Amino acid sequence: MSVKLLSTLLATSFGLPEQASTVAPSVDRVYLIILGLSTFFFVAIIATLIYFLIKYRRKDPNQRTSPIHENLVLEITWIIIPSVLLVWIFLEGFWAWVPMNYAPADAIEVRVTAQQWKWLFDYPKANVKNAPELVVPVGKPVKLIMSSVDVIHSFFVPAFRLKRDVLPNRYTTLWFQATKKGVYNMLCTEYCGKDHSTMVTRVRVVDQADFDKWVKKKQDEGANGKLLYANLGCNTCHSIDGSKKAGGGPSFKNLFGKMEKVKEGGVVKTIKVDENYIRTSIVNPNQHIVVGYPPLMPTFKGRITTSEINALTDYIKELSGAKKKKK
Amino acid sequence: MSTASDAASSVEKDSSAESHSSENYLTVAKSWIFTLDHKRIGLMYLASILFFFFVGGMLAMGIRYELLTPKADFLSAGTYNKVFTLHGAIMIFLFLIPSVPAAMGNFILPLMLGAKDVAFPRLNLLSFHIYVWGACFFIYSLLVGGLDTGWTFYTPYSTSSNGAVISATFGAFILGFSSILTGLNFIVTIHKMRAPGMTWFKMPLFSWALYATSLIQLLATPVLAITLLLLIFERAFGIGIFDPKLGGDPVLYQHFFWFYSHPAVYIMVLPGFGVISELVSIHSRKNIFGYVYIAFSSVAIAVIGFLVWGHHMFVSGQSPFASLVFSAITFAVAVPTAIKIFSWVATLYKGSVAFTTPMVYAICFMFVFAIGGLTGLFLSTLATDIHLHDTYFVVAHFHYVMVGGTLFSFLGGLHHWWSKMFGRKYNETLGRIGAVMIFVGFNVTFFVQFILGSLGMPRRYHTYHTILKQDLPLWTQLHQISSYGSFFVGASLFLILGYLVYSLVAGEKTNDPNPWGGKSLEWETATPPDEHNFHEQPVAIHGPYDFDEIDYASEKGHVAK
Repeated sequence: MSVKLLSTLLATSFGLPEQASTVAPSVDRVYLIILGLSTFFFVAIIATLIYFLIKYRRKDPNQRTSPIHENLVLEITWIIIPSVLLVWIFLEGFWAWVPMNYAPADAIEVRVTAQQWKWLFDYPKANVKNAPELVVPVGKPVKLIMSSVDVIHSFFVPAFRLKRDVLPNRYTTLWFQATKKGVYNMLCTEYCGKDHSTMVTRVRVVDQADFDKWVKKKQDEGANGKLLYANLGCNTCHSIDGSKKAGGGPSFKNLFGKMEKVKEGGVVKTIKVDENYIRTSIVNPNQHIVVGYPPLMPTFKGRITTSEINALTDYIKELSGAKKKKK
Repeated sequence: MSTASDAASSVEKDSSAESHSSENYLTVAKSWIFTLDHKRIGLMYLASILFFFFVGGMLAMGIRYELLTPKADFLSAGTYNKVFTLHGAIMIFLFLIPSVPAAMGNFILPLMLGAKDVAFPRLNLLSFHIYVWGACFFIYSLLVGGLDTGWTFYTPYSTSSNGAVISATFGAFILGFSSILTGLNFIVTIHKMRAPGMTWFKMPLFSWALYATSLIQLLATPVLAITLLLLIFERAFGIGIFDPKLGGDPVLYQHFFWFYSHPAVYIMVLPGFGVISELVSIHSRKNIFGYVYIAFSSVAIAVIGFLVWGHHMFVSGQSPFASLVFSAITFAVAVPTAIKIFSWVATLYKGSVAFTTPMVYAICFMFVFAIGGLTGLFLSTLATDIHLHDTYFVVAHFHYVMVGGTLFSFLGGLHHWWSKMFGRKYNETLGRIGAVMIFVGFNVTFFVQFILGSLGMPRRYHTYHTILKQDLPLWTQLHQISSYGSFFVGASLFLILGYLVYSLVAGEKTNDPNPWGGKSLEWETATPPDEHNFHEQPVAIHGPYDFDEIDYASEKGHVAK
């Protein structure tokens, strides 16, 4: 172990990451209280153990031992003292945890959508949709209303000391107030399948002016199909170069205008890929499944605006250049 | 052992135990696969669980090798997920749960109680055969493409994953019955088969621990069985129970699952506590300190253990009030656990500590389990669990409890009863070296994982290159230390395997019935025991830990004259 590693570790204050939310200092306080008590008891137990081991090591094969079988006072002591300390730890943990459960009324609302293996953030008030990273202003409370479109995920920002599972059948909420500008890890902590470990993004804490600028930029981007393709996570399953992604769907290359063999209500038929085909595939993907692909596409109904569908359709048209001209 | 003859000279020593015939349970010409002898069934369990421990261990090496670097370079994402799932599922269902109770308990419990066999020998054989069938389903799942749900089978991922979920859960379902039948058998055996004179409080503490374990096995396992059956029904017939797409509730699955799986933690660790009580007392030749408190703390842990499952779900979206209650009850488990550790340490006071291999394991156990127990406090506390939940801190914590609690006591017990089981000695020097090596390797592997977890490294991650660049060097270094430690653990396990196999094949033979000077009844029968355990019905005249004593205060020195 290098000296450098040790010094980096000490800089992280006993292995805790930097504090960047209002709850982080109180959580760390509880952590350090438990760490202190645990270290004390550990050292006390092990020191006593080692002392006894040395002092009472067998010196003679016929050595006899003392008739000490129990001691009521000792038993009561080591039941009462730990119990009192445990109640204290419980209460400390409880008081530090209570504020996490009550979001201030003036918090900025952000809707978080988790899907295999992507996070998407909507800002309903600002009319920003499908941002791939969580951008928040420093010093303002933010409330996350989270849901999943497939399996269970979990939202975790170590610097905020906050975590909450994201469920497919109901909303879970979480709130925080960032205290420090910067870029922080945001990780999925509920195992969610193949690429669970890459379901990682960032929280960017910026000042209000930069936040407003970002909102403006995002509103303009809403009509950019190429960006939507990446931000909405189309790219995890659909390629744009004609290749077939493992476990994914058809490529977008030369898709528009193609005659696609699909299964609809158990009947195989051939449909021409047009604007309505693309729209249906996005909002109601299970209506027709292309033959040879599993029905894995999640629905984007309610999560995507008409202008975004238009932008994506235009992008697919762009990728099908030759056929578009013929049409 | 030179001390043996002296220590074994208890009044009621069965003279016929010094086997006048060379026949013992190992040499009689009878079937193994259909034997009703609890000792042979115990050995078959032992062989099977060691095989699965080896498989699970190799999978762990694969995991640690992959994590040496931040990027994927050894396993693909899909394969990695299957490897960690199988590591967990095999270690828990096929190794940890049956390890001490089914292998060692089967062999030792009837001998300790002075009984001919367990209460229902045929049921005992059936539970072993069921275990084998359950294991076959696991192997089948492995062969047909593996399983990638994690050993917890969380819905709705497990209802939508392409893995062999049905066969693996069915395997776990079958294994559950093996566990239930063993538990039932042990409860009846302890109630009805004790030798004359053996009152409840003259029972060795290992029997108390097995009794508490059996209660959990009997009461909790059926809940897992039903849960897994519901999961299978949902997957096979599309009946909506847990999957929201079919109208189910995935959090309900977590409640059901942990209602079994938290008590299951105590199924794994309580028998280990029992083994440690034996080791600490016998190898320091000192009456156990606070017998009644240790005995009842096992029962208390078993009972309270049923009421804490919700602490696995503090971030799941369960009601905050539920989290509050579960956190409070969880702290209550810490008290009986602390009593045990304090009592073991106090037992050594004015004892006569011999640093035999089993004792070295017991010392390592106390060190490791103290860390495992104390780090549990971070996770039962509401505020800190929110941060640490599902990170490497949890991985480190449960490895300290499971490996420290179960593997170390299992290995300690194995060395303790080795000569009784096989009538051969193992190499004491290598035994101690092996114990120290595994202790060092284990701490190197898992201690850094506490730090990784506090830093925010989530569990079940195949790669970690996606985190911020500035964090990457530290995380990588910590992972590397952990991986090198685990390779060292692997090497020490090979050493232990090596000298134990050598002992079986060419080890020095012994028929010393009592090499450690134990006072419980298993030391009064021949080594290895006869087919029917005892030639005559043994009688428990004294307690299991009544060693030769002398009062320090009234007499100078404590060496017998």
